[in-house]
Amino acid sequence: MIEIDKISKLYDGVAAVDAVSMIVETATITVIVGTSGSGKTTLLRMINRLIEPSSGEVRINGEPTGTLPKHVLRRRIGYAIQGHGLFPHHTVARNIGAVPELLRWPPEKIRARVDELLDLFSMEPAQFRDRFPGELSGGQQQRVGVARALASRPDLLLMDEPFGALDPIIRARAQQDLRRIQRALGSTIMLVTHDIEEAIHLGDRVAVMDEGRLVQHGTPAEIIRQPATEFVAEMVGGVDRPLRLLSLVPVSEIVVDGPAEGEPLDADTNLRDALSTCLWSGRDALPVVRDGVPLGRVTLDAIRARAEGPR
Amino acid sequence: MLLRAALVALLGALVLRPGWFVWAFAPFAPEGGPVIYERTTLLSLSLSHLGLVVLASGAATLVAVTLAILVTRPAGAAFRPLSRTITNVGQTFPPVAVLALAVPALGFGAGPTLVALFLYGLLPIFENAITGLSTLPPATMEAARGIGLNRWQRLLRVELPLAMPVILTGIRLSVVIALGTATIGSTVAAKTLGEVIIAGLLTNNTAYVLQGGLIVGLFAVLIYDALVQLETRLSRRLGTV
Repeated sequence: MIEIDKISKLYDGVAAVDAVSMIVETATITVIVGTSGSGKTTLLRMINRLIEPSSGEVRINGEPTGTLPKHVLRRRIGYAIQGHGLFPHHTVARNIGAVPELLRWPPEKIRARVDELLDLFSMEPAQFRDRFPGELSGGQQQRVGVARALASRPDLLLMDEPFGALDPIIRARAQQDLRRIQRALGSTIMLVTHDIEEAIHLGDRVAVMDEGRLVQHGTPAEIIRQPATEFVAEMVGGVDRPLRLLSLVPVSEIVVDGPAEGEPLDADTNLRDALSTCLWSGRDALPVVRDGVPLGRVTLDAIRARAEGPR
Repeated sequence: MLLRAALVALLGALVLRPGWFVWAFAPFAPEGGPVIYERTTLLSLSLSHLGLVVLASGAATLVAVTLAILVTRPAGAAFRPLSRTITNVGQTFPPVAVLALAVPALGFGAGPTLVALFLYGLLPIFENAITGLSTLPPATMEAARGIGLNRWQRLLRVELPLAMPVILTGIRLSVVIALGTATIGSTVAAKTLGEVIIAGLLTNNTAYVLQGGLIVGLFAVLIYDALVQLETRLSRRLGTV
């Protein structure tokens, strides 16, 4: 558990981050979202003390971060940034093994960990281990960057716009990968983005920052349904709100008995995609299957009901 | 590649077997005068010439890179203009003047030459090291800090290796300048290939001048080429070429 306790950062008397408190549960993804200048990156960088807080405290599993030397603290916290920041003169293996090397793991253990992570990110170890970052595609570099951040099994992984430099298709894949890997490893992640779509898609919790203050902290559904301020409402987007809400719910939640014609949907498909399929194929109901076994159907009316905002 | 091998062979022959080239230099020697310089072997002159250059450039590299590291740290930033001025003065002061001024203090021989080459070599290395160390990719530096490398580790594992191609360019310029400049060291009795050239000038023996000049020139070209190749190899590994 990460406790952020009334943490502030003042620059020339002006608060870039103003008394933010928040609790991040273990094995969850918290996405901090806000416009540029909202203090979100400053908040993130205060957690591994790349920026020293002016006041307040951060505790990781009860232990205040202020008590450790900075570089020792940072080796316990994974850090991945936009544009990956890999060491161009080191191989992929050495990049990923950078923190374990600093922690003086034995070489065999580092090698095994590197291969394990490459596998996890669907990169064939024998093929990629000895390449240099300059020889990889943008998406691969980004994956190596995240693998490096995860290498020492850190208590916490901080990510600053990690997918910002990727094109939309690669970004969507990277987000899926992160979600899958986070579930598999049970990592605790705090991720900063300016993209509300990414926040809603990835976050177990979403924290919205505005002018240095934390204006709302809750599940994606709460943020969309009950925005705490005008700013949050604007952020979650007027016309797209029902669609964003639908994107959070899998069809398995509203599946009912009954027949339906045509190509079936997988139970994990979200309602936005289901709606899209209904509209595109001109059907009012779609069959739902899980692992090829029919579960029932999902109807356009049921989808519509889930998209309604509070009256 | 073939040209390179040919030049190395030519240089080797000129230094080790000067007798082979009597036919080539004879037309330039004065009537009945000596064609090949024989007061000292060309090999020992070459070695001592290169030795002076290596020593002076090595010392200049050490001092210039150390200075560049210091002034690119936050704490040393204030000294950047001052250290620039000092190394600039080293470059502006003509080596001949340094030789002349150093003789009373250090006596004749290798000492004044070393000082002149050292001072003259500082600036290119210093300027390039500063450029290299202050234009590192920001994302890489941020990540290096973020994953927990301390100052020393950042310097040794990230900053210096990444700045190395640019620093090497400075060293290359400095070495080539030193190779040429070392010849004038012989005016104050340093043992260099300049001795051959000066002897030729004093006795109106163009054959000597050509021999000395050719050997110094070949050394400069070949060392320059070797360092360029080293830089290219390093840069390629860094993915910048």
